[in-house]
Amino acid sequence: MMTKFLSRNRHTVQRIGFTAITMMVILTIIPIIATIVFILIKGGSAISWEFLSGFPHDGMRAGGILPAIIGTLYLTLGTAVFSVPLGIAAAIYLSEYAKDNQVTRIIRLAIINLAGIPSVVYGLFGLGLFVLFLNFGTSILAASLTLSIMTLPVIISTSEEALRAVPQSFRTVSISLGATRWQTISRIIIKEALPGILTGVILGLERAAGETAPILFTGAAFFLPRLPQSPFDATMALPYHLFVISTQVPEMPIQIQYGTALVLLVFVLSMNVIATVIRSRARARRQW
Amino acid sequence: MVDKIIIENLSLQYSDGTESLRNVSMGIPQNAVTVLFGPAGGGKSTLLRCLNRLNDLTEIKTSSGRILIDGENILDPKTDVIALRRKVGMVFARPVTLPMSIRENIIYGLELMGEKRKSKLDEAVERSLKLSAIWDEIKDRLDEPAIALSGGQQQRVCLARVIALQPQIILLDEPTSGLDPISTGKVEAALSELKKEYTVILVPHSVQQAARTADHAAFFLTGELIEYGDGKTLFTNPKQKKTEDYIMGRFG
Repeated sequence: MMTKFLSRNRHTVQRIGFTAITMMVILTIIPIIATIVFILIKGGSAISWEFLSGFPHDGMRAGGILPAIIGTLYLTLGTAVFSVPLGIAAAIYLSEYAKDNQVTRIIRLAIINLAGIPSVVYGLFGLGLFVLFLNFGTSILAASLTLSIMTLPVIISTSEEALRAVPQSFRTVSISLGATRWQTISRIIIKEALPGILTGVILGLERAAGETAPILFTGAAFFLPRLPQSPFDATMALPYHLFVISTQVPEMPIQIQYGTALVLLVFVLSMNVIATVIRSRARARRQW
Repeated sequence: MVDKIIIENLSLQYSDGTESLRNVSMGIPQNAVTVLFGPAGGGKSTLLRCLNRLNDLTEIKTSSGRILIDGENILDPKTDVIALRRKVGMVFARPVTLPMSIRENIIYGLELMGEKRKSKLDEAVERSLKLSAIWDEIKDRLDEPAIALSGGQQQRVCLARVIALQPQIILLDEPTSGLDPISTGKVEAALSELKKEYTVILVPHSVQQAARTADHAAFFLTGELIEYGDGKTLFTNPKQKKTEDYIMGRFG
C-alpha cells in the first residue's frame, strides 16, 4: 500500500517535471516566433518587386531599398574576404601547431576577449585605424575590415572546435604512413572539419550582416543616389537604413520600416538555414 | 641470421611519467617475427614507437641510446623521418581506417610519395590486399567507404595500407586486441606469410598469441628487457624466474 502510493507519487513528480521543462522550452521559442510573425504581418504588405529592386524616393518615404540590399551583400562578401582565410588559418594554427604554452594561452585569452567587446567600440576602432589612419575613408573597405575584426573570434573559435573534433587517431595514422603534418591537415583534417568550419563562417558572417554600430562610422551612408562603384565608396546597408528610417525621417510610412526589417530578417535567417542544412548533411555522411 | 635492427642502451622517459624504457639493448633479426611481450606499461609500445619515430609526436622528458637500422642511427636528429616511416610501417591496436574508400586508404601513402600512375596504384592495391588475406572478401567493393567493413576486415585493410608502401619492417601494436578469434587467426596467418619478405615486430595481445607467433621473443617488465631469446625455448624453458611467473600466469 505504501509502495504503491510512493510509486504513483514518483510518476506524478516526473510528469510535473516534464511539463515544467516543456513549458520553459515553449517560453523560449515564443519570442522568436512572435518576432517573425509580427514583422511578417506588419511588413509583408510592403514587399513587392519595386520595393526590392528600386531606389528610395521622397526622402526615403517611398520607393525601394535596393541600394541597402546590395550594400549589405557587398559588406558581407567584403567581410568574408578578410575574415574567412585569416580566421581559418588562425584556427588551424591553434588546433594543429600551437604548443600548450603561455603564448598560446594569451592568444586564446585575446580571442575570447575580442568576442566580448561591444560592437560600437569596434566601430570607433575602425574609424580610427581604417578610415582615418590608413586613409581608406568612409568606405566598403573600411567597414568590411571593421566587421572582419568583429567576426574573427566567432570564426576562429568555431573552426578550432571543428578541427579538434576530428579524431586524433587520423593524425597519428596519417603521420605513420609518411605524411607530413601539413599533408595530414590538408588531405584529411580540413576535409573532415569543413562542415563545422562552414557553419562557424556563416554564423559569423550572419552577425556581420546584421550589425549597425561597426559600420556606422566606417562605411554606412545615409542616402546614396547610386550603387557603390568601388570598395572605396561608402554604401547604404540594411541595418543602418532601418535605423535611419526608424529614427531620422519624420512621417515615415510604417510598412516600409517593417518591410526593411523583414528583408534583413530573411537575409540573416536564410544564412542560418544554409548553415543548419550543411551541418545536418555532413553529420549524416560522417565516417567517424 | 642478420640483425636488421640493433638497439643500443635505449632509455626513454615520457614527460607525463607514464611508460618508460630503461637501458634496453637487443638485436632484431631480419625475416622473422619478433614478439615483445609483458604486462601493460612495460615499454613495448614505447619501443615500437621509437622504431618509426612516432614518439616525436609525444612529449618526451629524456631519451638516450641508439637504434641502428641497416647500420644507421635513426634517432639522429638529421634522420629523414618521412622516409623512415615509409620503411618502417605500423599497425595500431584499434583499426583506424581513414575517412575515405578502401582503395583510397591503401594508396594514401603512395600518393603522398607522389605516385600517380594508375597501373602502379592498382597493382599495389591488389598485391597488398592479397598479402593481408582479405582480397577475395572485398575485391568487388574497393570504392566503398572503409568504415563500412567489419573490425577484422578494417584491421587487415590497415595492414594492407602499410604493405602497400613496401616497407622493410612492419610494427604491429596489439593488432588483434579488438578482433574475434576468426579474424585474429587470419591476421596471424598473414603474419607468417609476411615474415618471408619483411622484418615483423609484434606486440601480442596475450601470452598465448606470443607463444603461437614468436620466432624470437622478448619479455619486458616496467621498462626493462628481462629476457630475450628464441621463441620456442623462451616459452617452454624460460631462464628468468620473472619470465616464467608471467608465462605461467602468476602475475600480469
